[in-house]
Amino acid sequence: MREDNASLNRPAAIHIESLSRHYQMGEALIRALDGISLQIRGGEFVALLGTSGSGKSSLLNLVAGLDRPTSGSVVVEGRDLAELSREDLAKHRLHTVGMVFQSFNLIPSMNLMENVELPMRFAEVDRSKREGMVRKSLERVGLGARVHHRPTELSGGEQQRASLARALINQPRLLLADEPTGNLDSRTGTEIMNFIREFNETLGMTVVMVTHERALAERYAKRMIFLADGKLIDDQPNRGPVHPGGGL
Amino acid sequence: MKLYDSAELAVRNLRESVLRNSLTTIGISVGVASLVAMLSLGIGLQQMAGRRLQKSGLFDTVIVTSRRDLRSYNREQEENGPSPAESPVLDEGARQKIAQLPNVLEAYPDIRFITELRFEDKPHLSTVAGLPSSARNHDAFDGMQGKFFSSENAPEAILQKAFAEELLNQRPKRGADEVGVAGLAGPLLGKELIMQYAERTASPAPSDGVDNSAAYSVVSHELKLTVVGIADLDPESMRGASRARVFVPLQLAEGLHVMQPNDLRGTTRNAEGTSAYGAVSARVKKPNDIQPVEDAVKRMGFNAFSIIDATNSVKQFFNVLDIFLLIFGSLALTVSSIGIVNTLVMAVLERRREIGIMKALGASDSDVKGLFFAEAGAMGVVGGVLGIALGWLIGQVINLGTNIYLRRQHFSPEQIWSVPWWLVLLAIVFSILLSLLSGLYPASRAAKLDPVQALRYE
Repeated sequence: MREDNASLNRPAAIHIESLSRHYQMGEALIRALDGISLQIRGGEFVALLGTSGSGKSSLLNLVAGLDRPTSGSVVVEGRDLAELSREDLAKHRLHTVGMVFQSFNLIPSMNLMENVELPMRFAEVDRSKREGMVRKSLERVGLGARVHHRPTELSGGEQQRASLARALINQPRLLLADEPTGNLDSRTGTEIMNFIREFNETLGMTVVMVTHERALAERYAKRMIFLADGKLIDDQPNRGPVHPGGGL
Repeated sequence: MKLYDSAELAVRNLRESVLRNSLTTIGISVGVASLVAMLSLGIGLQQMAGRRLQKSGLFDTVIVTSRRDLRSYNREQEENGPSPAESPVLDEGARQKIAQLPNVLEAYPDIRFITELRFEDKPHLSTVAGLPSSARNHDAFDGMQGKFFSSENAPEAILQKAFAEELLNQRPKRGADEVGVAGLAGPLLGKELIMQYAERTASPAPSDGVDNSAAYSVVSHELKLTVVGIADLDPESMRGASRARVFVPLQLAEGLHVMQPNDLRGTTRNAEGTSAYGAVSARVKKPNDIQPVEDAVKRMGFNAFSIIDATNSVKQFFNVLDIFLLIFGSLALTVSSIGIVNTLVMAVLERRREIGIMKALGASDSDVKGLFFAEAGAMGVVGGVLGIALGWLIGQVINLGTNIYLRRQHFSPEQIWSVPWWLVLLAIVFSILLSLLSGLYPASRAAKLDPVQALRYE
């Protein structure tokens, strides 16, 4: 495993050791992840690459604390997620992790304000502080004028921006993005990726992004991890040219 | 998540599926309404019976008799206390003492005598009783034709329906329709009734050297009474065979000094010639005062009788009735609680993805559970309030209908429906509890959802 020089001196944000996730499908055993070990240091921008079914989303779900490993460990900021209770895993998702999905996953019956406010309700943030924080967060992604719009009234790019605002509202240290540009055209995709890079660089957030587009990874990530059939097949720093604001 | 956040999100979610949730809420309200309706009916009937019994004077009256009167109401009492021969005389002094007992409103002598009454020159025999003015509010006079006595001394009479029928020779034949009081009142009100009675007057004691001898004369008199009222019900049904069918004002009856059956027995001790009473009725403030007054009277050496024990049987009957009504009312509420389970299970299925998103954003199992509980609770609160309103409305309609029927049948209107505040509170609490109970399964199902699976769900 090679490491990115820029993050060498930072403590490991994520430490994965012999991680396996197997599913029983009828009589067949699906090895979604099979003995993966890797370390991601704080502040890194890592792209998980691989074809469909390679296990990249499964790995992301395990790091997010949405799923539990069959064996091995996922240690995020010193805590082994496999050992945490359901309640503590929820706290991990609430305070440590921000998630962005391919299909945005905004709640259609809520307007943007309510969608972005939702994690703050779970975190029991004081009611009086919420509105200001939500507005600030939406303004940051350029949606200050759309706070009362419902997701269905927005374009895909706007929805993903709102989803980014929601992912950041509780100031997590880790941003997990599952194919964040998968449902977007290249111009909007670039817009979203620029935001993600900005969060990585200005806020020092660790970013783990799942993608099957190598070009996208090369443009934005600082490190690329390749998975195939649940196994880690390559882990390399991105030495390719980074084009700020460039197309996908 | 804080409670107000759960509540806010719950209300927002309920508004999203407004039709389905409204129908479920209406289901709950019908359930609560049926429960409220059934229990209100039970309570109303119980209160009505209570009012009737209280007005009947049966439950706020202690009848005091002397132990010397061996025909007294309750012979068992004679085994305790002084023997009949040593017991005190029930005279005016004793009446005043009884009247001064705590919680006794009044104590009046029971003046009754069997005598002959002539109406249109035809003699009739009946027991005549004196009625105190407090009997004006007596239930038996509710449907009375005419009016109550104009004063305590007025030579007026109120007739019981059966006696009025006898006077007019209109005894109903078996199976035939009864003649209404109104029909009897016409030919009788304002008419004269001549009462013959035997007055007891004191005479000088014969000087035969025997101490304590008493002498009195019995003089026959006649008194013209004006019929002022005809009462439908029997105000003295509890007195059995000795019940009166003709009533005169109590003071008038007392003033007549009619020879009483117990005068003869009291003769040997009652030298002064003052009359001893056959019985004294002590009216108490409320039925609960009966027992202490009865005990006090017994301590004074008299016999006391009331039919308070009968109220216990009545209470027991209504308790059983209430339980049955509660069971029937609860059936509808049970059906509506199944409606809540159904609605929430549907909501969990429909909102799988939403639940997955919330979990991905950091919602804990208890947050998700709390959200569904809040939705169930909100439906319970709204359903409960609507149900009480609906139950109350049903009650009012039934009251109205019953009273229209009662009026047509020439009965006085009755409040057979009562929704006390504790029932309102109980219905709301019950409705919320049942809703929460119904939300238990859907909520735990939602909380246990695997977020990875839920997020894949489209």
